[in-house]
Amino acid sequence: MFPIIRQRQLSESVFEMDVEAPAVARKAKAGQFFMLRVDEHGERIPLTFSDWSPSDGWIRFIFMRVGKTTHQLSHLVVGDSLTDVVGPLGVPTHVEGVGRVAVVGGGVGAAVAYPVARAMAEAGSDVTVILGARNRELLILEDEFRALPLKELVVVTDDGSAGRRALVTEPLKELCEASALDHSMAIGPAIMMKFCAATAREFGVPITVSLNPIMVDGTGMCGACRVSVAGETKFGCVDGPDFDGHAVDFEELMSRQRVYSDLEREADADFSRECSCHR
Amino acid sequence: MPPVDDTPAEKPRRRPSRAPRTPMPERDASERARDFAEVSLGYSEEQAVAEANRCLQCKNPTCIEGCPVNIDIKSFIARIIDGEYAAGVAVLKQRNALPAACGRVCPQEEQCEASCVLARTKEPVAIGRLERWLGDFDLACDLEHRCVPEVGEPSGASVAVVGSGPSGLACAGELRRRGHAVTVFESLHAPGGVLTYGIPEFRLPKSIVQAEIEMLRVMGVEVVTDVVVGATYTLDELLAEEGFDAVFIGSGAGLPLFLGIPGENLNGVYSANEFLTRVNLMKAYEFPAYDTPVWRGRKVAVVGGGNVAMDAARTAKRLGAEEVFLVYRRSEEEMPARREEVHHAQQEGIEFKMLCSPLEILGHDGFVTGMLATRMELGEADASGRRAPMCVVGSEFVIDCDTVIVALGTKANPLIAKTAPDLALTRRGYIAANDHGATNKPGVFAGGDIVTGSATVILAMGAGKKAASAIDRWLAERRG
Ligand SMILES: Cc1cc2nc3c(=O)[nH]c(=O)nc-3n(C[C@H](O)[C@H](O)[C@H](O)COP(=O)(O)OP(=O)(O)OC[C@H]3O[C@@H](n4cnc5c(N)ncnc54)[C@H](O)[C@@H]3O)c2cc1C
Ligand SMILES: Cc1cc2nc3c(=O)[nH]c(=O)nc-3n(C[C@H](O)[C@H](O)[C@H](O)COP(=O)(O)OP(=O)(O)OC[C@H]3O[C@@H](n4cnc5c(N)ncnc54)[C@H](O)[C@@H]3O)c2cc1C
Ligand code: SF4
Ligand code: SF4
Ligand code: FES
Repeated sequence: MFPIIRQRQLSESVFEMDVEAPAVARKAKAGQFFMLRVDEHGERIPLTFSDWSPSDGWIRFIFMRVGKTTHQLSHLVVGDSLTDVVGPLGVPTHVEGVGRVAVVGGGVGAAVAYPVARAMAEAGSDVTVILGARNRELLILEDEFRALPLKELVVVTDDGSAGRRALVTEPLKELCEASALDHSMAIGPAIMMKFCAATAREFGVPITVSLNPIMVDGTGMCGACRVSVAGETKFGCVDGPDFDGHAVDFEELMSRQRVYSDLEREADADFSRECSCHR
Repeated sequence: MPPVDDTPAEKPRRRPSRAPRTPMPERDASERARDFAEVSLGYSEEQAVAEANRCLQCKNPTCIEGCPVNIDIKSFIARIIDGEYAAGVAVLKQRNALPAACGRVCPQEEQCEASCVLARTKEPVAIGRLERWLGDFDLACDLEHRCVPEVGEPSGASVAVVGSGPSGLACAGELRRRGHAVTVFESLHAPGGVLTYGIPEFRLPKSIVQAEIEMLRVMGVEVVTDVVVGATYTLDELLAEEGFDAVFIGSGAGLPLFLGIPGENLNGVYSANEFLTRVNLMKAYEFPAYDTPVWRGRKVAVVGGGNVAMDAARTAKRLGAEEVFLVYRRSEEEMPARREEVHHAQQEGIEFKMLCSPLEILGHDGFVTGMLATRMELGEADASGRRAPMCVVGSEFVIDCDTVIVALGTKANPLIAKTAPDLALTRRGYIAANDHGATNKPGVFAGGDIVTGSATVILAMGAGKKAASAIDRWLAERRG
C-alpha cells in the first residue's frame, strides 16, 4: 500500500498528489513514469511524476481527470492509499549537454516538463520553457517554473487569459527562426507534439517527444504500447517514452489512443452515477 | 508435514483393475464456451480411487523418469489406493510445490504418462488427473490440516528470487526447505507468472494458483509484488545494498513477437500476452465491475498453433465472439498445442484454418476489418525433421474479422540484462546459465523460460529446483 501524504487541486480537472513510496523514489529520474492502480478492481495506468524526494521517500503525481481511474484518483484524500505503484519505468530523458533547448509543456504535460527542464538547467543547459494551456484556469506550475534557473519562461494560452494569446508552436517557431535552438522537446497531447515536431522540422531542429500510448504492464510484456518510429515498431514503455519526434507516426498514436474510448466512457459514467460526491 | 515412508509395507498381493482409463468429467462444450468457469471438473473420490487402482505398482516404475521433477508417482498413487490421501499429498509436495496447478496444465501425455508402462496399451494411468485430485484434496482442507513441507533450521543466508512464475516459486520453496530466508520479487501486482496472467481461468482457476502460493507463504517465503528488478533494484543493488547473498532470476520469456506485416498496429490487433493479461490478470471479462477493458471482437482471427493460441481463441469465444478462426501455417498434425486443448477448442467451435499464413491486416479508420492471407503447402522435411511451409502462389484470400490476436511466441525481455551489463547472455538474448542454473555472475543463478525460451510449467519448476540446490551449495562454500 502506498499512502497519500499530500493532495491538492490545481485546476478544475488537474490534481496533484504526493505518495509515499520510498523504494521507488530513490531511483526516479526525470522523464520516467510509474504504473499505478487505485484498488483491487482498478486498471493499471501510467503516470509520470513531476517531483520526488529520494531522502523523504515520496513521489508527486500531477494528473488530469479524464476517465474513471483518474476520476477515482481525484477523490482520494490524505490518508488514503494506492494499492500499487510500480517503477520507475522507461528510459530517463536525456538531459545532459543539450545546449540551447526549448522545452514545451502543454496542458498537464507541464507536469512532466517541469522535472525535465529542471534537470536540463541543472546540467548546465540554456533552457527556455514554453508553457501552454487552453486558458488561465488550466495553466499549472507557473510559479514552480519561475523559480527555476531558466533562460526564459514563455506562457501562452489559447484565449489570452494568461500570458500571450497563442499556441505553443508560435514561440517555438520564433526561437527556431532566430536560430536560438540546438534541441527541443515537447510534452503534451499527441496533437500538440505532432505540430511542435512539424514546426521544428521546418528549421531542422531536433525534437524529442514524450509519448503516451495506452499501456497495461509497462514492462515490455504485452505490446499494448507499440508505436511506429521511423517505420519500426517500438514499445513505448521500455524503448521510450521519449522518441525522436521527427520519426514518430503521430496519426497512428492518436488512433491507438482512441481504441477504448466508448468503453471508457461507459465505465466513467457508471462511476459518476455511483459516487455521490461527484465534483 | 507427516514424514514420508518411502518403503511401502508388505501387503497382500493386489490385483490391479483392468478397467479402461477413467474419463475426466467435463462441462458440455455449448455451456462452457459461454463462461470462464473451469472446463474439466476433476475426479470424484470414487473415480480417483478407481483410476489409482489401474496402476500396476511396477517394480521398475518408468513413469517417474518421465516426470521432469521425478515425483514418486508410484508411491503417491499407492497412498490413494490405501485411502491415505494426506500422505499422498506429502509425497507430491516433496517434489512439487504446485500439484493442483501441474495436475491441470502439465503436458502429461508427453511426460509421466508417456513413460507409464501402460502407455503401450494407449491407456496409461491418468497420473496428472490423480495429481490434480490430490492437490485439490489438500486445498480443500482447512489451512492447519494442509500439507506444508518442513522448513529447515535457519541458515542465516537470504536469497532474492526475481519473478514469481513456476521457476521462481519452485526455487523459493526449495530454498526455504533448506532453511534459507527467501524474498520473491514480482513486477506485476499478483504473483504466479504465466499461471496468473497467461493461462486462462477456465483451464486453471486463479484461486487455485493463489492458494498454492499461499502455502509457500506459510512456509515463510516472502512475496513482494510491484518490484521490477532492473528498475526498482538492479541485481547489484540486491546483492550489495539489500543484503541478499544470492539471486535467482526466473523472469520468464515475456516479450511478445509480432508478425512484422502491414496493419499490425491497427486497433483490434493484440499480442496474445496483452489479450490474455487483460482478461486473466485484469479480469476484463468482468468489465465494468473491473476497470480494464478489452475489445470484444465479433469475428476473431488468432494466429499461431500452440497452447497460447488455443487459450486466446477459446478466451475470445467466451468473450462472445460469433466466429473464431485459428490461422496456422502448417497442418493440424504439426501444431505444438496439447492434443487435449486442440480437442477442447474444436468442441467449442473454434474454426481451424490450417496451412494459412497472414500477409497483411486490413483496416478502415484505424480499426481491423480483415486479414489478407495466403494458402501454404508443406515442403521437404528440413534437418530438424519439420516440413517447412511455403506460400502457394496466387492463393491469397481475405478472412473477414474485426480482431486479430498474434500468438507467435515470445522472446527474452531485456529489462534485467540492460541494467546488468556483466551478465552473460546467449546469442538470442536469453540468460546464459549452466546445467545447475549458475550464470557467469557470482551469486546469480537463473532458470525457466528466461534461460530456455518458452517451455513448460514443470520444466521451469525443475530448473528452479536445480538452481536452489546449486545456490545451497554455493552458500555453503562461501560460508566455508
Ligand atoms: C508514459 C506516460 C506518462 C503519463 N503521464 C501522465 C501524467 O503525468 N499526468 C496525466 O494526467 N496523464 C499522464 N498520462 C496519461 C494517463 O495515463 C491517462 O490519462 C490515464 O491512463 C487515463 O486513465 P482513466 O481511466 O482516467 O481514463 P480513461 O479514458 O478511462 O482511460 C483508461 C484507459 O485508457 C488508457 N489511456 C487513456 N488515455 C490515455 C493517454 N493519454 N495515455 C495513455 N493511456 C491512456 C489508460 O491507460 C487506460 O488503459 C501518461 C501516459 C503515459 C503513457
Ligand atoms: C498462454 C500460455 C499458456 C501456457 N500453457 C501451458 C500449459 O498448458 N502447460 C505448460 O506446461 N506450460 C504452458 N505454458 C508455458 C509455461 O507457462 C511457461 O513455460 C512457464 O510459466 C515458465 O515459467 P517461468 O517461471 O520461467 O516464467 P513465467 O511464468 O513467465 O514467470 C515470470 C515472472 O517473472 C516476472 N518478472 C519478469 N521480469 C521481472 C523483473 N524484471 N522483476 C520482477 N519480476 C519480473 C513476471 O511478471 C512473471 O510473473 C503456457 C504459456 C502461456 C503464455
Ligand atoms: S508434475 Fe507433471 S510430469 Fe510430473 S508427475 Fe505431475 S503431471 Fe506428470
Ligand atoms: S509406470 Fe504406470 S503402472 Fe507403473 S507404477 Fe508408474 S503409473 Fe503405475
Ligand atoms: S505496456 Fe505492455 S509492453 Fe508496454
